[in-house]
Amino acid sequence: MAERLLEVKDLKVQFATVDGTVKAVDGVSFDLDRGKVLGIVGESGSGKSVTAMTLMGLTRDVNSRFEGEVLYKGKDLLQVSDAEMQQYRGAEMGMIFQDPMTSLNPVYRIGEQIVEAIRTHEKIDKRAAKNRAVELLRQVGIPNPESRVDDFPHQFSGGMRQRAMIAIALSCNPDVLIADEPTTALDVTIQAQIIELIDRLKDDFNSAVILITHDLGVVADVADEIIVMYAGNVVERAATRDLFYDPQMPYTWGLLGSIPRLDRPRPERLHSITGSPPSLINLPQGCSFRPRCPHAFDRCREKPPLENHVDPPTHLDRCWLDVEYKRAHRGDTIAGGKPEAA
Amino acid sequence: MAQQATETEFTLDTAAELAAHEEPEAIRGRSPWYLAWRRLRRNYVAFFFLFVFIVVVVACAFAPVYAKHVAGTGPNTNHILENVKVNGKETPVVSSGGYIDPHTGKLCPTSQSGCKLVASIPIGPTWFGAGGKFVLGADQNGRDIAVRLLYGGRTSLFIGIFSSAICVFFAVILALVAAYYGGWADFTITRFFDVMFAFPVILLGIALGSALAINGFHHFGINIQSGSIWIPTLIISYVLVPYIGRPLRGQVLSLREKEFVEASISQGASPLRVMFIELLPNIASSVIVFFTLIIANNILLETALSFLGAGVQPPTASWGTMIADGQNLIVTRPWLSFAPGLAIIITVVSLNVFGDGLRDALDPRAKVKVSH
Amino acid sequence: MLNFLVRRTVGAILVIIAVTFIVFVIFIVVPGGDPAQRIAGKNATQQNIVNIRKDWGFDRPFYVQYSKMMQKMFSGELVSYTSQQNVLDQIKLGLPATFSLAIGAGIIWLFFGIVVGVVSAIKAGKLSDRAITVLALIGVSMPVFWLGIVTRYYLAEGGLTTFFPDGEYVAFTSDPLQWFWHLVLPWTVLAVLFIGFYSRVLRGNILDTSNEDYVRTAKAKGLAPNRIMRKHILRLSLIPIITLFGLDFAAVLGGGAILTETVFDLHGVGQYAYESINNFDLPPIMAVTMYAAIFIVVFNVLVDLFYAFLDPRIRPA
Repeated sequence: MAERLLEVKDLKVQFATVDGTVKAVDGVSFDLDRGKVLGIVGESGSGKSVTAMTLMGLTRDVNSRFEGEVLYKGKDLLQVSDAEMQQYRGAEMGMIFQDPMTSLNPVYRIGEQIVEAIRTHEKIDKRAAKNRAVELLRQVGIPNPESRVDDFPHQFSGGMRQRAMIAIALSCNPDVLIADEPTTALDVTIQAQIIELIDRLKDDFNSAVILITHDLGVVADVADEIIVMYAGNVVERAATRDLFYDPQMPYTWGLLGSIPRLDRPRPERLHSITGSPPSLINLPQGCSFRPRCPHAFDRCREKPPLENHVDPPTHLDRCWLDVEYKRAHRGDTIAGGKPEAA
Repeated sequence: MAQQATETEFTLDTAAELAAHEEPEAIRGRSPWYLAWRRLRRNYVAFFFLFVFIVVVVACAFAPVYAKHVAGTGPNTNHILENVKVNGKETPVVSSGGYIDPHTGKLCPTSQSGCKLVASIPIGPTWFGAGGKFVLGADQNGRDIAVRLLYGGRTSLFIGIFSSAICVFFAVILALVAAYYGGWADFTITRFFDVMFAFPVILLGIALGSALAINGFHHFGINIQSGSIWIPTLIISYVLVPYIGRPLRGQVLSLREKEFVEASISQGASPLRVMFIELLPNIASSVIVFFTLIIANNILLETALSFLGAGVQPPTASWGTMIADGQNLIVTRPWLSFAPGLAIIITVVSLNVFGDGLRDALDPRAKVKVSH
Repeated sequence: MLNFLVRRTVGAILVIIAVTFIVFVIFIVVPGGDPAQRIAGKNATQQNIVNIRKDWGFDRPFYVQYSKMMQKMFSGELVSYTSQQNVLDQIKLGLPATFSLAIGAGIIWLFFGIVVGVVSAIKAGKLSDRAITVLALIGVSMPVFWLGIVTRYYLAEGGLTTFFPDGEYVAFTSDPLQWFWHLVLPWTVLAVLFIGFYSRVLRGNILDTSNEDYVRTAKAKGLAPNRIMRKHILRLSLIPIITLFGLDFAAVLGGGAILTETVFDLHGVGQYAYESINNFDLPPIMAVTMYAAIFIVVFNVLVDLFYAFLDPRIRPA
């Protein structure tokens, strides 16, 4: 049984704004074991990034409120002081962000930025730290690391910058790596390389990965378990295979259906889920997806709990629909065929 | 029971029906102007100071009314040989001077050291003791300070506001042309800015001010006489153009690279259209903020130039010339310099605070606690 | 790098040439009327005017006029007809005072501007920040000459006290203590305006930089807030301040502190220009303007070099 590194229990994150209270995360629970990759999928505003940043303590602010628990190796990170949280960041949990160009300080050399991360958490002299930096760059696949270590970020290409970011995040051997949309700003060809790299490093460093994206295609290969988030809630949670072969949420069907496919007959229009995500200040009553769901019925006015309705006990979803009905009707949405339902 | 979908697109009746029954709050798109206005509305301090500024402007606009009905005299009328009844007592408007003690402002018994010789001493503030005449006192020429203050305000405000308008107008055009066309246009305009930047603003103002003070400006079909307040106005607008033009050009340059410009051009938009309909609205918030803040700056610049003698020419009143006039008498009649100074500070602070508030509303980032 | 330096120097020289041309245009061409009479000044006789006309080439085409003006400016032979003094000599006399004022005030305003800016940014939104903002705003809104007059009256002439000396400049070489003492008030008055401005700019920069992605990365690395402020935020926020300072300092060195010099009777280069205005004596104004512009252009090049040193993105590859 792999070591349970992270247990998130009913996490709620709210921000007080001039317009009202934004319920960015409204009750999210999941676990993360060592050696595993957890994918968090959702559109902009679903709360996936806020969840990730909260794990790192980066959402702490005068205007934010937290509820629930974030147990990292048994310790509730929501209760930990700012100073202590600082020690966790980088040493226990590392994070990489979406845009590597702006995420690196432009006036310091790459090597200096890696060394800074190392020396914050470990007592090690500059030379040894720099050697480690060079090795890290080698591990993330940057050619000529001995000379590149003294370059500035603007001298690196986009893919290389993201590799450098990964090197920084892993420099202190954290047990959890959180990757927030790591490939969104990169070319498609580089995307695959970066995802592969993350997967490989996870094994090399014996850590766990949380991979956040809006693109199901990105997590299909590497994730062991996937959480689908919508309007601040987890709406479906399953092992990857189960999610793709037996998706239980109409929202998930919509996501699967909107992936352009080369291996199917071309439909007349690319599918999209109609409507827009709801305001996080004024959530709809009941199921948050109801206004956009083609299969909604009157029970949906009551918010469904996250429960298991199918065989694999780890496959949870938030939908009142009958499992048989779902399996019968989801085909058209997912297949991307003519825009009609049964 | 689940309801069937119909043979249409995904906007199915069920969803539409349910949606019709209650209004789920979708995220409403709001224009940035609306958002900015909302932010500004909450800023009571900014609005208070805007109000103060408006009060100043209105007061100065009513200068002739005050002159006629309250003070009974004009800004340039000398009353040097006259008397006025203050609280019943006959007092000369301007009395002869003597040695004055700087500590007390009073006459020294003898010419002890530390006492300054002052030629003539005008009357101090009467504070309505003389029925509205010389409320703030008189200057060495026997002119009513309060009246001059209001008329001076007219001058300084006129120059400040109009010079800003002209300056911003030309700066915007130059910035748009330079950034849009690039190439030679950009090169020339940037070089022009560079050369103008080489001169300290005040020296350039002095240079132009003194050069034009003698004969006025008679070029390009424009004829302005040497005493006109259009001379300082034009000088100040000219001198400040690069200070607005260069940052605006930078902004337009970065906008120019954005896709919406490319899209517009590829749809056949003419250069004028791209410049004024695509680019200009996007720098509008900067322009508005600049305009407000530069009025403040120009008022200070005008008063400085006038103080030095290279701006407004006597006998026209300006807050700057008044401070210069009051310099010698600061020991006995500090109000001569204080009043215009305070007027300047109040006006400029109001503009600065409001301008700051505008800038915050249009581009917020401050870390402020939101209390709920 | 050498390439960069050469290009900037050449550019600077071109700008200086353009500056001289502008000075020529401002004083000779723009005003209209008779340039000879203008240059001759207030006390000119008819003969003076005729001589000047010949000497400066006003009866010849304008490129001759320009070259004659340039000759006079740079040969040190420029003479003020009103005061019968050699302009360049007068400027040299004023240099020590102007330099002393500029350097002292510059150090004060840079130091306090940065300190106040950092403090108000750290305490953003709190009472201390608001108080500082109010003071800074008032400082920026005061006419510097008025502040000078008021300060001089109250603190030196006897309004409240005569604790401070009443204007005038004392050369460092003759009496260092008095030199310092006489400069305290002018330094403070001149610095107030800049401190107000710089602290607000720095505060804005710091708040903006704090929202940058790389600051978020620094937090994610687990860096202490102090270190993040020092090494990441401040380093980037100070770059525009340094550039501003370079240019403002150059302007003050060039006699741009004319108001402070005049109010405190320091007899620097700026005050020389002021005295000439009152007499509409053009040659000194021309010379001071030119001298100031040259200073600024030179400093511009230095600032550019320094900027490239501070921000590696700007460095030529």
